Amino acid sequence: MSFREPHELHRRRFGRNLGVGLVLGAFVALVFGLTVVKVTNTDFGMAPVQQEAK
Amino acid sequence: MSDIGYSSAQAQSAGRPVEAEASFGDYFALLKPRVMTLVVFTAFVGMVAAPVPIHPFIGFCAILFIALGGGASGALNMWWDADIDAVMKRTRGRPIPKGNVLPQEALGIGLTLSGLSVMMLGLATNWLAGAMLAFTIFFYVVIYTMWLKRTTPQNIVIGGAAGAFPPVIGWLAATGSMSVEPWLMFLLTFIWTPPHFWALALFMRSDYDDAGVPMLTVTHGRRATRIHILVYTVLMAVLAIGTAFTAVGGPIYLTVAVVLNALFLAGAFRIWRRDETMAEADNFRVERRFFRLSLIFLFAHFAAIMVEALLKPYGLGGWG
Repeated sequence: MSFREPHELHRRRFGRNLGVGLVLGAFVALVFGLTVVKVTNTDFGMAPVQQEAK
Repeated sequence: MSDIGYSSAQAQSAGRPVEAEASFGDYFALLKPRVMTLVVFTAFVGMVAAPVPIHPFIGFCAILFIALGGGASGALNMWWDADIDAVMKRTRGRPIPKGNVLPQEALGIGLTLSGLSVMMLGLATNWLAGAMLAFTIFFYVVIYTMWLKRTTPQNIVIGGAAGAFPPVIGWLAATGSMSVEPWLMFLLTFIWTPPHFWALALFMRSDYDDAGVPMLTVTHGRRATRIHILVYTVLMAVLAIGTAFTAVGGPIYLTVAVVLNALFLAGAFRIWRRDETMAEADNFRVERRFFRLSLIFLFAHFAAIMVEALLKPYGLGGWG
């Protein structure tokens, strides 16, 4: 049994969905990267209240 | 009912034939990728020329969000200008006039990306940079596209400001404070834009006329446009060479500025000397050449500023 050739419309939609998926994935990676850089950056410090509690 | 049949009905009820359903590339084209390259490059130069170093990853994100903001304003511009884009040869192939993307889709994408880019730039760098990006989008979409483009022949002069903001945003992203140098870079693009577009309007002849956009060629005539090109080119030479003696300039920049401004002035002088009969006889050869030179002109000036900045850590860039 062979599968039917996908309709051109389906191929276009697949391309669009793949594109949006990759963009969203890249956005998540970007936000994660930004968080890591911001947190590990030297000028990052705990609020004075948190430091006192420690 | 198959899902293809269902989608056809859906798409047709939305006012778009199913064979014209958008691809991912159509949505990307809404962001005007060619304009985006200029935005990315000038914003990058603004960031590199800033005296404060920025973390490479934050710098990368900042450039990306500035580009995204520029792309968002491009999508909003295409949404508003869909009617004239359909008339002009140069813009007829854009996704909305072609029927691949609906105007309301462009509006949705433009608004979403505007909000996202401003918020992310503010969070990644500082809110002054975010506010400047928001102002740039507002300026391009509301002041230029909605208001001035169709009402004044000075549209290109004022609209040029929107394209000139990226180096200022790049500088702000790195420093978080304002100073004179990024505004010199702003002025470079601002003064460059009118002669660049007026040269285009001279050889794209009927395009703006057909669309009813009041370009200088249409409202004040082609002779006046030629004079304007020369005046702006003289102003440009003063500004570009003067910038060489500021903190962002140096000997490399000065050499580039002197050579290119001499060529630019010569081109503008030739345009000013010609009349329409001469221009038509050689199919606007001088105007086309001036337009091509203008592309190299801006790129080379910003590249020279970047080289000066990159050489500074080795004690070579700038005036020492």
